[in-house]
Amino acid sequence: MKSFTGKTLRWNWNDGVVELTLDREPANEIGTAMLAELEKFVGAFAVFAAETSVCIISSARKSGFSAGADLRELYESAALLEGAERLAGVRQFLERIHAALNAIDAAPFVTIAAVHGICFGGGLELALVCDIIVADKMARFAFPELRLGLIPGFGGIPRLKRDLGNGFVRDLLFTGRSVNATRAQAVGLVSQLAAEGEALNVARSNAAQIKKFDPFARAAAKKFLKPIPREDLRREIDLFCELFTRPVVMAALKKFVESTDAMPYLP
Amino acid sequence: MRTVEQTTQEVLDLAAKHFQVAEGSLAPDDDFFKKLGINSLQALELLSRLENHFGIELPDYEVQGVSDFRTLASRIQSRL
Repeated sequence: MKSFTGKTLRWNWNDGVVELTLDREPANEIGTAMLAELEKFVGAFAVFAAETSVCIISSARKSGFSAGADLRELYESAALLEGAERLAGVRQFLERIHAALNAIDAAPFVTIAAVHGICFGGGLELALVCDIIVADKMARFAFPELRLGLIPGFGGIPRLKRDLGNGFVRDLLFTGRSVNATRAQAVGLVSQLAAEGEALNVARSNAAQIKKFDPFARAAAKKFLKPIPREDLRREIDLFCELFTRPVVMAALKKFVESTDAMPYLP
Repeated sequence: MRTVEQTTQEVLDLAAKHFQVAEGSLAPDDDFFKKLGINSLQALELLSRLENHFGIELPDYEVQGVSDFRTLASRIQSRL
């Protein structure tokens, strides 16, 4: 399927470039609905991968690329279950999102995240599977999971370690602070900065250049440059599940979901 | 080096421009959440704009609980 419009995202293939647009109110929270459509997108690789040079992932939401995992859905679905059943549900979701993100990470074409606004938690983890991150100068990046007593669960730490491997990874995780696009570029998280509202256009300009090169060499280079950190990803799922069993996590999720504070993402 | 008064004025001007309110309608002790009617995401937009304008990083935990322009400006001043 070369084009698709779902409830949370859409994609359109044109002349070797597939554009995946996230579009779920309010801020592209990644829950079961978006996961199912990401799986559909990955499933469509068989149709278009051979004739695709570039995939651009962007957001149609004004607020930004993605606020991350759908914490409301996570809390509400977890609250319906107890003990082993609750954990099994969380693990199943993580296994599915890891499979989808690993497929995008290893895609034989070049992937570009065109980021504006907030790119937090699971949203940052989605951007991190891409080969290139182009960011609007107003973009902000954060891993706020420790504030909830958790770690990023969609592959964030292994991929951040793969790409940066420096003290900034620990800064981002341990402080939970959000950083601007300039700082993200300075540490190597972002490849290119774009003017406000121009990230998608800059990504398209990149795509036009990337398309000129030999696809076989490009795929070989990508495979060589960007191995999937499978062992760390597996350990991440186990650690996330281990942490999730603690009552403090459900309490933090409840507080977040029920918060009416102006800035509920802050501890 | 800017004085804190200059920083405060630049914060007011920048907030007025970004949120499209009349120049001079904001005062240092105004609660910007109430005065501008902004939510947390818009507060982050303001933070990004301030960081870009002043060429600094202002960790969001340093502005947690801050809601008036004067205190915000003093936090910025400490990073200049």
